[in-house]
Amino acid sequence: MAFVWFHKLGSPRHFYRLACRLTPWLAVITAALFLAGVYDGLFVAPPDYQQGDSYRIMFVHVPAAWMSLFTWMFMTVAGVLTLVWRMKVAESLMRAAAPLGASFTFLALVTGSLWGKPMWGTYWVWDARLTSELILLFLYLGFIALQSAIDDRRAAGRAGAVLALVGVVNIPIIHYSVQWWHTLHQGPTVTKLGSPSITWAMGLPLLIMAIAFMTYFAMAVLKRARCDILAAEADSGWVRDLAADSRT
Amino acid sequence: MDWQAFFAMGGYAAFVWPSYALALVVLVVNLAAPHRRERQLLRRLARGRGHSGHAR
Repeated sequence: MAFVWFHKLGSPRHFYRLACRLTPWLAVITAALFLAGVYDGLFVAPPDYQQGDSYRIMFVHVPAAWMSLFTWMFMTVAGVLTLVWRMKVAESLMRAAAPLGASFTFLALVTGSLWGKPMWGTYWVWDARLTSELILLFLYLGFIALQSAIDDRRAAGRAGAVLALVGVVNIPIIHYSVQWWHTLHQGPTVTKLGSPSITWAMGLPLLIMAIAFMTYFAMAVLKRARCDILAAEADSGWVRDLAADSRT
Repeated sequence: MDWQAFFAMGGYAAFVWPSYALALVVLVVNLAAPHRRERQLLRRLARGRGHSGHAR
């Protein structure tokens, strides 16, 4: 049973159909979560006793930063499936995730610097956390450039998978950078072991926004993967039928 | 609700609002782009000019 399901999921045709069915639901869930999260974060949550209202940047910054790490790990898993089992769907998902990861990283860097200016007195500092996150952005851009530099899709997929596997060493470096080195960036308040040192009034909107970014990622990666699958399978019968149907 | 105070963000408006605006733009663009591309791809394939070489 489970094997059949897995096998079906590996077929681009079935995966495309499943993705088409899932994306509208994910869109509704994501929109609802973002509305709730932004409302809770901007209207309900109290100002911070030290940072005033500036800390509200956190509700965008922290989920974006989490997703920037998650997306690379997602690409690494997809990369393994691409290299070991030659799964076309995994290859499409990996390629689809890269621009999203780059976007999350970019968002994390810019919102972080907008938060840093009023709190630290500077937009940027070359410390471990910020520098390793910037390197992550370059890794994403390198992955994207690699995909467009190699004409053969499958070869590009394998090269990308190798880059994803090598680049994953940067992920723990980013995560632990605030503990390994002295830095302006604060340590973890939510993901540390034991009880998180954040009050519920601020933690709840952060949690909602984090889930919203997650479902957003699921929706956006499926949408991008749909394009990638169509392009890869352009010569197969089911795509031609689909194209012919979409005309009417 | 004091809207003026709300938009002032305790004096941090210049940092808070650009953050949210940028997030909105980035998230919307990342959905709109594949949405448009998929329709273009299907249209091109329907015309019979679909070859994997062009569509990347």
